[in-house]
Amino acid sequence: MSILIDQSTRVLVQGITGKEGLFHTNRMMEYGTEIVAGVTPGKGGDWVFDKVPVFNTCKAAVLASGANCSVIYVPALYAADAMLEAVTAGIKLVVCITEGVPLQDMMRVREYVDNCGARLIGPNCPGLLTPGECNVGIIPGDIAREGNVGVVSRSGTLTYEVLHTLSESGRGTSTCVGIGGDPISGTSFVDILRLFEEDPGTDQIVMIGEIGGQDEERAAEQIADRLSKPIVAFVAGRTAPAGKTMGHAGAIVEGGSGLADNKIRALREVGVRIANHPEEIPELLK
Amino acid sequence: MKLYEYQAKKLFAQNGISVSEGYVAVDEEGAKNIASGFGGDVMIKAQVLSGGRGKAGGVKLARNSEDAAMIAGEILRLEIGGYKVRNVLVEPAIVIKKEIYLAITNDRERKCPVLIASGAGGIDIEDVAEQEPDKIAREYVKPFMGLCNYQVRNVASEIDLPSRLWPEFVQIAMALYDAYVENDATIVEINPLVVNEEDALIAVDAKVVLDGNALMRQPEMRENIDWGAGQEYEIEAHRLGLSYVALDGQIGCLVNGAGLAMGTMDIIEYFGGEPANFLDIGGGANEEKVAGALRIILRDDRVKTVLINIFGGITRCDEVARGLIAAMNEVDVEIPIVVRLVGTNKDEGLRLLEDSDLILADSLVDAAKKAIELVKALGKDDRYEHSD
Repeated sequence: MSILIDQSTRVLVQGITGKEGLFHTNRMMEYGTEIVAGVTPGKGGDWVFDKVPVFNTCKAAVLASGANCSVIYVPALYAADAMLEAVTAGIKLVVCITEGVPLQDMMRVREYVDNCGARLIGPNCPGLLTPGECNVGIIPGDIAREGNVGVVSRSGTLTYEVLHTLSESGRGTSTCVGIGGDPISGTSFVDILRLFEEDPGTDQIVMIGEIGGQDEERAAEQIADRLSKPIVAFVAGRTAPAGKTMGHAGAIVEGGSGLADNKIRALREVGVRIANHPEEIPELLK
Repeated sequence: MKLYEYQAKKLFAQNGISVSEGYVAVDEEGAKNIASGFGGDVMIKAQVLSGGRGKAGGVKLARNSEDAAMIAGEILRLEIGGYKVRNVLVEPAIVIKKEIYLAITNDRERKCPVLIASGAGGIDIEDVAEQEPDKIAREYVKPFMGLCNYQVRNVASEIDLPSRLWPEFVQIAMALYDAYVENDATIVEINPLVVNEEDALIAVDAKVVLDGNALMRQPEMRENIDWGAGQEYEIEAHRLGLSYVALDGQIGCLVNGAGLAMGTMDIIEYFGGEPANFLDIGGGANEEKVAGALRIILRDDRVKTVLINIFGGITRCDEVARGLIAAMNEVDVEIPIVVRLVGTNKDEGLRLLEDSDLILADSLVDAAKKAIELVKALGKDDRYEHSD
């Protein structure tokens, strides 16, 4: 079992004929993901890898393919339009990998996505992986194995590190969700924790947070009220200085808000076991 | 991506906001001429991209043009928050009846723009927020609807602005919102917005921070950015597409991915070491990037060892290893370097590094411990020599 994506997910790739789009479409297909269509305006009628039809618009692609999930690899200045297009075409799960989407674009996208009742993962995220079933995004599929640990993270390579550590210790993952490192994104920890709580295939959860914002604190409130499954968390950036953006646009301590120690305290208070470093995570799982 | 005060004022003036009159001088002579042109008291204000210039002595009142020349000279010799002062703005001093804070920025929690106003203007708004939170009024903006007049009246009412000033206040706030949207700003701020002797509202200070991600579609703003400001290494890191933040420890860090880079710093500290920097090399750790990153890390002579931590996902470990070897040949490295490679094609990568001088580590914990031992072995006295 899993959340959000599984073997029945029908994936549309926006920006499929670009360098990134092609590269990752190939990887996703190799993993076994069902890629049913691609969209590149002006390239409608083409085929990718002789298997995937390319359409000019999401509207046409969804109509022809029955896609129910879209993954976006278009350049940053066009990403907002791509997200709006996918949601308008009726896609309920949109995953935006693109990094560097302007903030004001994201505020408009977020308002629209919420109004449409769709779910957006990212932007600036590695995507999702349900081991053995479906890979949507850029997570290297071979580092994770099937299992009962749900993983949710704001990071990219740190997530891979954790998936790798879990695999090395003989543990597997139900679904891994990279929610992304931007200050304004589609999905927060709270949303994903709720889905894991309801998923019979997930018995425990690993949460990887970092400095900036209040998402981890909000998650802690949620955990206290509604979550019963055991959670292990690592929060990156205890050593980060205030006022500096640490790579991810959203990873910044501003005016005393967003400190790793505050997040760790909030999570620990509601019974979350805190890992001092990523390699400690397997020992803390049940 | 911050603009200078004088640039921000120009932008606001273009949008129809009254700003204090002023001219930029690059030397004492210039400041003197501007001051004598105005006559009377003038303010001399350092133009720097860092905050806290008032506390640093970068804003001063001059009584006459001779005084202006002397003060401008002093200010132009200052370095504020790591930035050399290269320009001063000279403006007539104005009589202030009331100071207001007015800004529009992104609210991260609510994922929308927010209009912020306070009757306690002229001072650090974060201090006001902490000490007297009820002195701050906020209105959240629906992105698709934009800021509405009634919202501005709401905050005007909350901060007890006399109603005769409301029409002008609304006009200014609406113009400020336009400036925010049109230029892809992340913050537009007037602090203070002054009520002067004639009961008019004038922007006496102005701040604009632009969204770096949107600069590609803002050609005018791109030209306004002073790309040469700040430290040389920051400029170089930006050129190479690296995220680099200097810290003050002895273990340099070179990592792919922001989260993993922070995690690497944290693990070094957890085992008793001190990270010297944050560095995310981004995707594709090729020769040019690795070499550039090493040069930036090694320019700090407190650095006694470097920990390279690469998770090969999309980027394969053997490619990374080749990049490392080439970079090591290119950069003159005199200190030990610990490398931890993991992920796709790890074995091939490690085999390539076998004959190098690099110290290989099996895991993140192992890498951190090895780096810390190396620093300890170099002797404890060493660190005090450079502890300034």
